[in-house]
Amino acid sequence: MIEVRDVVMRFGDKTVLRKVSTVFERGKTNLVIGRSGSGKTVLLKSIVGLVQVNEGEIVYDGKVFNKLDFTGQKEIRQQIGMIFQGSALFDSLNVEKNVMFPLDMFTGMSMNEKRERVNFCLQRVNLENVNRLYPTELSGGMKKRVAIARAIALNPKYLLCDEPNSGLDPQTSIVIDNLIRELTEEYNMTTIINTHDMNSVLEIGDKVTFIYEGRIEWEGTKDDILHSQNQYLDDFVFASGMGKKIKALNH
Amino acid sequence: MKLFYHFGRYYMLVGKAFSKPEKIAIYYRKVLKEVELLGLNSLGIVALVSVFIGAVITMQTAYNVENPFIPHYLIGLTARDTMLLEFASTMIALILAGKVGSSISSEIGTMRVTEQIDALEIMGVNSACYLILPKIIANVFFFPILTILSMVIGVAGGWLICIVLNVISPEEYITGIRYAFIPYYIFYSCVKMVVYAFIISTVPAYHGYYVEGGSLEVGKASTLSVVYCSILILSFDLIITQMLLS
Repeated sequence: MIEVRDVVMRFGDKTVLRKVSTVFERGKTNLVIGRSGSGKTVLLKSIVGLVQVNEGEIVYDGKVFNKLDFTGQKEIRQQIGMIFQGSALFDSLNVEKNVMFPLDMFTGMSMNEKRERVNFCLQRVNLENVNRLYPTELSGGMKKRVAIARAIALNPKYLLCDEPNSGLDPQTSIVIDNLIRELTEEYNMTTIINTHDMNSVLEIGDKVTFIYEGRIEWEGTKDDILHSQNQYLDDFVFASGMGKKIKALNH
Repeated sequence: MKLFYHFGRYYMLVGKAFSKPEKIAIYYRKVLKEVELLGLNSLGIVALVSVFIGAVITMQTAYNVENPFIPHYLIGLTARDTMLLEFASTMIALILAGKVGSSISSEIGTMRVTEQIDALEIMGVNSACYLILPKIIANVFFFPILTILSMVIGVAGGWLICIVLNVISPEEYITGIRYAFIPYYIFYSCVKMVVYAFIISTVPAYHGYYVEGGSLEVGKASTLSVVYCSILILSFDLIITQMLLS
């Protein structure tokens, strides 16, 4: 479980997160949605410590992450798998070496054991015969899957995804979404997904947190969204003409 | 004030790069890879530049020495000492700043803008240590070898031009390069190159590591790093010469 307690984040005079408090539960896909510039990426970066919060606490299963020293933070980070918007695969390494990287760095496994683990992770994300390929030779969807395989290589307790569907077609997006949800349930991970893809929200949103201008405006499940009376949420989720019709029909 | 800000941030980055590596074996392999990428791949350009510089120094010295009281073998001595004292270290360092420095800056800068450095950090890897330390070690150990190679090839370039154009006789040239040889010059040149290697590894790494934006900014950082490297190399040339030769 990851708790965010009264987090305030400022860049110069601009306050990006205003007393944000929420809980991301284990075994669930927790989605954070919001308009571009609403603060959801900053929230995710604060959670993993890529930016230091000005006020508040980030708590990983009882441990206050932002108050830990470098070694303490490093221990928690080794339990985090993260999928970036652009996949962030290492260009100079092939697929096998990319997935093997965390195993190389943090385990004492033999080469055979590492290869077995890499093949297992790649099979788990439905990728085969790509071990020797380099990231530049992969499609967008394949890159995301390799990124997921790398993220789960060390059996993480926490999986964080920053817009995992950006740049993907709707069908591939659903495949990636379902894969993340399956892995979350299988490994009982605490999963946080930043997205503004409404298909994802309605497909896998066990818990949805809507951020508006740096504060949490609404929280609920994917089903609650259809019955929500929150104007900001409605404007965001049902922004298109078709969306408005769906909302009206539901009422 | 901005100078102090950059100096402080550079100092902290270098400090972070000199932390204890996560796994020695991985870093050892990475050092060898960097030796190949940054050092061995520069052999060609270093050899080419050195042979031409050696030849041109010999020709220019011969052209300027017309006094019949000055023995011809001194042309060989001048070519040798110029190569040993200045060209094999400073000139080669300036060339390496362009080739290796821009490569380091753009590699690390691209990793920054494509979030690969963030990925390393989140995994719990000290990204500065992982990315920069192997480059420092590889360059600091291999660049002096390039310097010695440049000395040898440069002096040989002068000898070749004596054979091809008969600027002076090859025998006189050989006499000149053997005359009043001071081995300390090689040590002095290698010391300079060690300092330059550190500059060429860390300054571009700093510019790449803290780049913000996209490919345009990576290109700008790369250009800027070469400019700063060149200025620092020339400044340290002055400082080290004052310290070791005065």
